[in-house]
Amino acid sequence: MSTSSSSVLDRARTRVLEQGLGLEEADILAVLQLPDADIPAALQLAHEVRMRWCGPEVEVEGIVSLKTGGCPEDCHFCSQSGLFSSPVRSVWLDIPSLVEAARQTAATGASEFCIVAAVRGPDAKLMQQMRDGVAAIKAAVDINVAASLGMLSQEQVDELVDMGVHRYNHNLETCRSYFPNVVTTHSWEERWGTLKMVRDSGMEVCCGGIIGLGETLAQRAEFAAQLAELEPDEVPLNFLNPRPGTPLGDQPVMDPKDALRAIAAFRLALPRTILRYAGGREITLGDLGTRDGLLGGINAVIVGNYLTTLGRPANADLELLTELKMPVKALSATL
Amino acid sequence: MTETTVTYCDRCGEEAAAVDHTACRAARELEPPRYCAQCRRRMKVQVVPTGWTAACSVHGSPTDTPLP
Repeated sequence: MSTSSSSVLDRARTRVLEQGLGLEEADILAVLQLPDADIPAALQLAHEVRMRWCGPEVEVEGIVSLKTGGCPEDCHFCSQSGLFSSPVRSVWLDIPSLVEAARQTAATGASEFCIVAAVRGPDAKLMQQMRDGVAAIKAAVDINVAASLGMLSQEQVDELVDMGVHRYNHNLETCRSYFPNVVTTHSWEERWGTLKMVRDSGMEVCCGGIIGLGETLAQRAEFAAQLAELEPDEVPLNFLNPRPGTPLGDQPVMDPKDALRAIAAFRLALPRTILRYAGGREITLGDLGTRDGLLGGINAVIVGNYLTTLGRPANADLELLTELKMPVKALSATL
Repeated sequence: MTETTVTYCDRCGEEAAAVDHTACRAARELEPPRYCAQCRRRMKVQVVPTGWTAACSVHGSPTDTPLP
């Protein structure tokens, strides 16, 4: 291990593992810049941090798109924008199908079910669909319901609380300095504003983003530090899956070693947060990478399919968790 | 069972016989179909945690016919 590598990991061992404090931005960047030979040591330390400050349980979640496509926003990575020539058509999921998706998710042992809509923010029709859908799920399925509906007004935040939505996802996607390169139809600050309202409402905050959008390593470190400032309950970590027809459709899939460095770095920045493997892990890291991540700081997974793309079969992840002796977090442990 | 005519790639919508769709076949392992293989209309596709459905407004739901 090089002297500079060993010094950043030594500092991390003291500050993060022993004291439970996140790494500061300069040291997050140093982890992202570690030589290949030091990646296993960084992942091992991140794993120790996760085990000490979060425990061995893994939180399992399923997600589903309630309203797909036709979004007025221009998030350059997203196949659901109506502004790009993406093949994804607009479609709504009906309530019985939504409940069935929740039931199938719960059958995997998952404690979380997140309802997602491709919108700038919810309109009256979507809020009514949420009211009906959340009530139907709660009547039929034993699972926590989360939501991801874009930017919210205070009134909508309050409504979601009343429905019993316990966690709200709103990703910052990337750091503040790079955001205008990725989205031009709204600002990073608008997203931050929704997150503060969600935090103040008592709902749990789920906020992460996508690695590999073309940001520099310094901007990746900036992003991790900004997430740490937000103190989210959960950070979903996506890796860019370049979608046909989007402005980032020709972006290369990121180097798997960089993805592993990012997992270690984000865990060392966020020692007590639920760090979830989300989209893009299959094409970026393959089956072996799923294991490496779970032994490198990840303590939550999205099982099954994503919103418009497919994931590994839920059983493959659940069997891996059994093999790694990582118990699935029970619903009762989340209440 | 009736054989479905595969005229177009269900991932990119281009003619099945016109270009090499090796990359499309690989990508389809982690993607549902997006185009009707008979008429290249974009289909309505719903992905759920354990599966997906797709429907062409003219030809209905496809069988998951592989590209030739």
